[in-house]
Amino acid sequence: MDKIEVRICSGTTCFVMGSSFLNELYEIIPARYGDKIAVKPSLCLGQCSKNDKHAKAPYVKIDEEIISEATVEKVLKAIEKRLN
Amino acid sequence: MNNNSQSIHIKKDILVRLVEAFFSDDFNANTASIPYKMRPKDAQVPYRCCIYKEREIIKDRIIADLGFAVEPLDESEKLEDFAQMAIERTKIDSEPLTVIEAACKGCVPSRVYVTDLCQGCVARACEKTCKFGAITIEGGRSYIDGSKCKNCGMCISACPYNAIVKLIVPCEQACPVQAISKGENGTAVIDFEKCISCGKCVAACPFGAVNEKSNLIDVLKHIKNGKKVVAMFAPAIAGQFPGSIYQLKAAMIKAGFYDVFEVAQGADVTTRKESKEFIERMKENKPFMTTSCCAGYNSLVKKHLSEIKPFVSDTKTPLYYIAEIVKEKYPDAISVFISPCVAKRVEVSENNNIDYVLNADELGAIFIGRKIEILAMEDCKFECESSKQGRNYGITGGVSSAVNSLIKNNVDTKVYIVNGLNKDSIKQLKKYAKDSYCPEGNLIEVMCCEGGCIGGNSTIANQKTAKNIINKLLDKSEDIK
Repeated sequence: MDKIEVRICSGTTCFVMGSSFLNELYEIIPARYGDKIAVKPSLCLGQCSKNDKHAKAPYVKIDEEIISEATVEKVLKAIEKRLN
Repeated sequence: MNNNSQSIHIKKDILVRLVEAFFSDDFNANTASIPYKMRPKDAQVPYRCCIYKEREIIKDRIIADLGFAVEPLDESEKLEDFAQMAIERTKIDSEPLTVIEAACKGCVPSRVYVTDLCQGCVARACEKTCKFGAITIEGGRSYIDGSKCKNCGMCISACPYNAIVKLIVPCEQACPVQAISKGENGTAVIDFEKCISCGKCVAACPFGAVNEKSNLIDVLKHIKNGKKVVAMFAPAIAGQFPGSIYQLKAAMIKAGFYDVFEVAQGADVTTRKESKEFIERMKENKPFMTTSCCAGYNSLVKKHLSEIKPFVSDTKTPLYYIAEIVKEKYPDAISVFISPCVAKRVEVSENNNIDYVLNADELGAIFIGRKIEILAMEDCKFECESSKQGRNYGITGGVSSAVNSLIKNNVDTKVYIVNGLNKDSIKQLKKYAKDSYCPEGNLIEVMCCEGGCIGGNSTIANQKTAKNIINKLLDKSEDIK
């Protein structure tokens, strides 16, 4: 199975709308899933530039899936769904 | 301190929309349409009773973001008119906070309450422990007579089942000086005679009912009109955005600021003066000295703790010194302080060298609204590099360690840190003043917010992230000389 890639947007919009609260994922994911999943910061994922889309920030991308209004819990749930 | 709740998310969303409206072709009309864009026809009603109330609260938040108090208004006013008044205004209100009555839940008054967990036990520890005779056993369970109960909480700790709880009103609980309480309608009212503008109620209210009156439009207006607008950002702000402070400066210049300064540069002046002052005071056998850079603490001293004044350092705040430097360099400029907290708004209103305040989230909203990507910016250097110690002022312990670093072995120094003002730490400070003695130390750093300014009530990043970003900067900074 290919490695799942989690990218946390650290663009200005996502940061201002709360992405720093996702930083725990850099510790939780490796501790829980080892090297099955790679988690890294990303430059702006480009999601916020559309109309009113800043309101749905912060964004996280899991492979090609976009998670809006991301929280630690939401991201972990999405990872579990993929693994099962 | 929680700076990531859903109500804060909504507040930031509104600020961004306001920035976009400001730079659109029709500010007034586009401002007036924000509540309808955020809660369009047939939209879900996520939080309140109906869509009309949601829109009304959004409207009130916009009025506060336009810089006006919400308390005196009824629903008859038009948002367009407020937008126009914000554009025409030349003076800003000195009281920084306003309560949105429509958003306030009017929480149940704070009281001690017996829950269903009460087992009606034989021990009756609650009844025995109550000094006021407020507890009786009725119908096999404990009953509290509200007219006798003093809310002391003894029964709470006595109950073996944890069956007794204290219902709290979050804003009242958070306020260290009892300045917020229920008015006639049961909703929160701020007593500005007592309020020290610490902003703890802003962060504490789960309904987001306490808002700051923003200077956003005032600043944007001057930028749009081509005035020289110079920004000075607090040391804690360095930890509130992605990228380096050099990229942050570049982003701010792209947003229209003419020049940008680190308040850390002013902190270096404070450190030098305050360390000298401390040595002098100790040589005069003064028992202790407290720091004086926290605006919340300074307000507390002024309004509630005048007895400690003789022990407070006379050295001015970092903001005071940097504002002086900026005024000298740009005498005709509009100056703006970028702040992590509410209390600095009051300090600024009392300082003629500074015109406006923007919070971290207001600056963030400008970046989002203007589509400025900090990480895409080239570095922009500062004319004067601040020291490692000055840049560390926003983290608890930073101020005292900066001052201490220049005291060296001149006098014996024992640092004590008051990390956050609350009812207990205020009591403690009162005692030091009364006794003219502090058993914990002689150099007392007082920070209103837990964690220091990075725990301020107008911050964006969580404290750990802010600390990491600032620590990276400190690694590259030189020691103060």
